[in-house]
Amino acid sequence: MDKIVNQKAWFLVLPVFLVVAFSAVLPLMTVVNYSMQDTFGNNQFFWNGVGWFKELLDPSTDLGGRFLASLGRNLFFSLVILAIEVPLGILVALSMPRQGWTVAACLVILALPLLIPWNVVGTIWQIFGRPDIGLLGYVLNAMGIDYNYVSNEIDAWVTVIVMDVWHWTSLVALLCYAGLKSIPEAYYQAAQIDGASRWAVFKAIQLPKMNRVLLIAVLLRFMDSFMIYTEPFVVTGGGPGNSTTFVSIELVKIALGQFDLGKAAALSLVYNLIILIVCWIFYTVMTNAGAERKPQEGAA
Amino acid sequence: MARIDLVDLAHSYGGNDAPEESFALKPVTMTWRQGGAYALLGPSGCGKTTLLNVISGIITPSRGKILFDGKDITPLSTQKRNIAQVFQFPVIYDTMTVGQNLAFPLKNRGVAKSEVDKRVAEIGRLLDLEPYLNRKATRLTADAKQKISLGRGLVRSDVAAVLFDEPLTVIDPELKWQLRSKLKALHRELDLTMIYVTHDQTEALTFADTVVVMHDGRVVQSGTPAELFDKPAHTFVGYFIGSPGMNIIPAEVRGREAHVGGHVIALDRAYGNLPSGAKIEIGVRPEFVEAVAPAPGLLTAKIERIDDLGRIRFARTRLGDAKLAVRAPAGFASVDGTAGLKFDPSHVHVYADSLLVEGAA
Repeated sequence: MDKIVNQKAWFLVLPVFLVVAFSAVLPLMTVVNYSMQDTFGNNQFFWNGVGWFKELLDPSTDLGGRFLASLGRNLFFSLVILAIEVPLGILVALSMPRQGWTVAACLVILALPLLIPWNVVGTIWQIFGRPDIGLLGYVLNAMGIDYNYVSNEIDAWVTVIVMDVWHWTSLVALLCYAGLKSIPEAYYQAAQIDGASRWAVFKAIQLPKMNRVLLIAVLLRFMDSFMIYTEPFVVTGGGPGNSTTFVSIELVKIALGQFDLGKAAALSLVYNLIILIVCWIFYTVMTNAGAERKPQEGAA
Repeated sequence: MARIDLVDLAHSYGGNDAPEESFALKPVTMTWRQGGAYALLGPSGCGKTTLLNVISGIITPSRGKILFDGKDITPLSTQKRNIAQVFQFPVIYDTMTVGQNLAFPLKNRGVAKSEVDKRVAEIGRLLDLEPYLNRKATRLTADAKQKISLGRGLVRSDVAAVLFDEPLTVIDPELKWQLRSKLKALHRELDLTMIYVTHDQTEALTFADTVVVMHDGRVVQSGTPAELFDKPAHTFVGYFIGSPGMNIIPAEVRGREAHVGGHVIALDRAYGNLPSGAKIEIGVRPEFVEAVAPAPGLLTAKIERIDDLGRIRFARTRLGDAKLAVRAPAGFASVDGTAGLKFDPSHVHVYADSLLVEGAA
């Protein structure tokens, strides 16, 4: 059979090539290019090979020290907010009403923080926590608690974490609520007949049925918190000192503050790679968990 | 194990003040004996699931009482009633093995481990689940899952009754038959009161010794399959049970004769007691009307089509406004598209306002 040759097909594919080239490949290659060079401004570049990458992974250098410290802070931050938001989200979802007008009211209230732009959230908490004019800061100080997120590292961390919990627990709660809603009534009735306690119902029915949405929630919250920039930047600006400087804040400081394009490019590549790897691990775990639950044919 | 008494039991989702016509379950009083196999049969929305949920305690009835062995259990929670229920869709605990699923109700009740193991092994054997006891329950097929749901009920030695809510809905046709035989065998072996809700008459008639037919929230008849077939107490039962259902024809009944469209159908009994002003109909099953060659003195009906069911043929005929299904015996063939109808007088019943009227011999 003769193969039909039709070169016109190229015209259909070409626009995609162009769009992808300009939107993804060229910018990425520019970053790769920068990461191999050093610049002193004036658009003059000098070849540096893998020098920046070596420095990045070596804690004894300035760049490596800053990167690894901010990476550690970032991981700690992600773990803390996951440890708070996931159980809290489940708890909120469990205590939400199942029917009636209160459902709609709860959903709207829960959705509100999710609809507020990041920098506005930051501004809200920045003002809320101020000891002089902020409600939270003023009340805490009036109660005799010396709270000041500008000067105290722990206060700054607490503020950033509480802010993230306030902003994002709703997402976990809404996902869990959707998972809970999908459980047929018969499961609860059967559990009642089986004499299951509230805790047993949670362990045997609700938690397993929420499994998938919980994985999605953990993935989303981890990625988001790992890339967090705006809110802590607005509230603490990464301070006091470097105590709340996360990787993205460090990256912006290097790239735009010091205009060290080479270092910043190398850092952003590694940062990107970490996120991709974590994403891939989550994805693999999730798809495997899904495959495990498919019923096997002929098992009965 | 228990005898179940329903005493003036009724339920309305709209509360007791709603008019009785709107009750999901209209007042019913009946007794189900210990060890019986009962089927609640009726179309969707007839109140059979409501009745089942009232018995299991998922719904608290708005009126009346339920007695287990003479003890009023109406206010008791599902947990305290010692009943087992199998739902339409298999309910299994995903994270547990089959054995753990079976052990779950006992563990919740704080039964000693050695006793739990013994019961689980016993029920596993009874339900042919032995090879799967250590496997995750999620991976099994729907019929195995239904057996697990049933097993969770049977594993408790004190279970008063086993309730089934259309348990075969999601089972493949060939396995349906197997599982139904299994249920029947279990019933014989365990001497348990079983109550089976279904809209499928074959399931009901093959499973139960007593079939309770429900219609529009009301129990219209309760009897053996033969009773339901031979002597439907309500035109709905006649129509709902049997395939094709009973023929219901408006008629005028005087003494031992029914008049339909100017023709006379002989009756076996005399009906001098018919309430005046009631809607009078006669009902006769297609099996007891024979299509023959038209002859003087016989009702003549127009044949619309003949359904050949292999073993038996039914002629679908039209008589004035009424449609009748009648048996077409082997060798019957219509010449001009009409047939004479020969009624078996002993199987022609008279209904006043849809309710069976007993004639005098």
